[in-house]
Amino acid sequence: MSEQTPRSAAAGTSGAVVVTGMGATTPLGGDVPSTWEAALAGRSGARPLTMPFVEELGLPVTFGGTLAVPATDVLPRHESKRLDPSAQYALIAGREAWAQAGAPEVEGERLGVVVATGIGGVTTLIGAYDVLRERGPRRVLPLTVPMLMPNGAAGALAIEFGAQAGAHSPASACASGAEAIAYAAEMIRTGRADVVIAGGTEAAILALPIAAFASMHALSLRNDTPETASRPYDVTRDGFVLAEGAGVVVLESEAHAAARGARVLGTVAGAGITSDAHHIAAPDPEGLGATRAMRLALQQAGAQPSDVVHVNAHATSTPVGDVAEAVALRAALGGATDGVAVSATKSMTGHLLGGAGSLEAIFCLKALEDGLAPPTINVTELDPQIDLDVVLDEPRKIPSGPDVVALNNAFGFGGHNAALAITGPRGGAA
Amino acid sequence: MAQSENEILDGIAELVNEETGLPKESVEMDKSFTDDLDIDSLSMTSIVVHAEEKFGVTIPDEDSKNLRTVRDVVAYIQQAQG
Repeated sequence: MSEQTPRSAAAGTSGAVVVTGMGATTPLGGDVPSTWEAALAGRSGARPLTMPFVEELGLPVTFGGTLAVPATDVLPRHESKRLDPSAQYALIAGREAWAQAGAPEVEGERLGVVVATGIGGVTTLIGAYDVLRERGPRRVLPLTVPMLMPNGAAGALAIEFGAQAGAHSPASACASGAEAIAYAAEMIRTGRADVVIAGGTEAAILALPIAAFASMHALSLRNDTPETASRPYDVTRDGFVLAEGAGVVVLESEAHAAARGARVLGTVAGAGITSDAHHIAAPDPEGLGATRAMRLALQQAGAQPSDVVHVNAHATSTPVGDVAEAVALRAALGGATDGVAVSATKSMTGHLLGGAGSLEAIFCLKALEDGLAPPTINVTELDPQIDLDVVLDEPRKIPSGPDVVALNNAFGFGGHNAALAITGPRGGAA
Repeated sequence: MAQSENEILDGIAELVNEETGLPKESVEMDKSFTDDLDIDSLSMTSIVVHAEEKFGVTIPDEDSKNLRTVRDVVAYIQQAQG
């Protein structure tokens, strides 16, 4: 409790970590505005997969959340050739975020990068192995290692923006994107950097990950109706929809942002990171680690449960995970849970794995900017075990601005729990 | 079957463009890959691997390290195709 930040820090005095840029490429759109518009409209990004391997290998799942705008339509060939798709997506999102932040002038040694991924350069790894087996070792290209390594995206963004304060890639499966933002905020709070480009990315819609996730019974098998497959909180949910993409934000110390007159889009007021130490893949059924993560995030923000107006839940549409999180959320917020608008945006985006946490942090920022919680689609019968006020079908008005909190949850295999407490911009909804 | 010098030059220029984004016109006979075109060793190795496939030749490492200019590569490929 002694390290608790005063409430005023969350609302923006010294020590606050503000957001000045956002970028994304997702199954819903090629940037943040189009993605957010599609989310508010309740559109699904799930579609049938057209790659030949789906039929050739007889995969049990034949759909996924592929990017709305292919990265190769955005990047010139000489760039896309040198980067694994996961790094390409991060670069596209990073450029959008950096441009929105106004390409801040900052010394390289005060600029950091934290870009996380759940799986890393698996497209490159699998492709290179095929080349090795079919055409021999001399055909394996020399950029294979820098492309497949999980820190490849962080390195690429550090080069792009000249970030020399450190480039990091925390790997915590599906918590990675949120953990990256938490780590970046800490870099600023502890004085290691003034500006940090942070987020998560994933590009793993490939035969092997599909077969492997399906082998765990983690994926929805609704091949006939991809757009209704992701249905968090519905009684008939049967697994998540594998998706891809990236979400990246520019974080900045409030002092640095104020000195250059940057527009503040919101604040990362608090972050909580815990681990379950329970099971490598299953969540703690009581969600104790998740509860602690949410409490820690609120504590660092100097906020009370009653300050929380919106939760972007991790809710992936798996039978066990959705309930465990709901229990954890109620334990963290207590009676205040009843007034909180809970959204499960994976019902629309699918599950971006390492990209999920950061994309959903962006959704929280947009929700607080617009005063609108995005909908949860595909719920025809709410699971009675879900004792939450779920935003169904249509966006819902919520309070906005710097004095209310949106919580963003992200959990990952390995027992990783990350929660971010986000506050909105001054002015709020127009 | 050997290709003409110009055909090979065009092919190399295409590979360099795809690898680095440099305009094809910048790939001229007397340019050095490292000094003039600023191509690093990893990219150069990629270009050699692709050139082997494109031109149906083998360029062993002990030979490729001596290929400094565009003309060196074109001449090597022409001879290897011979």
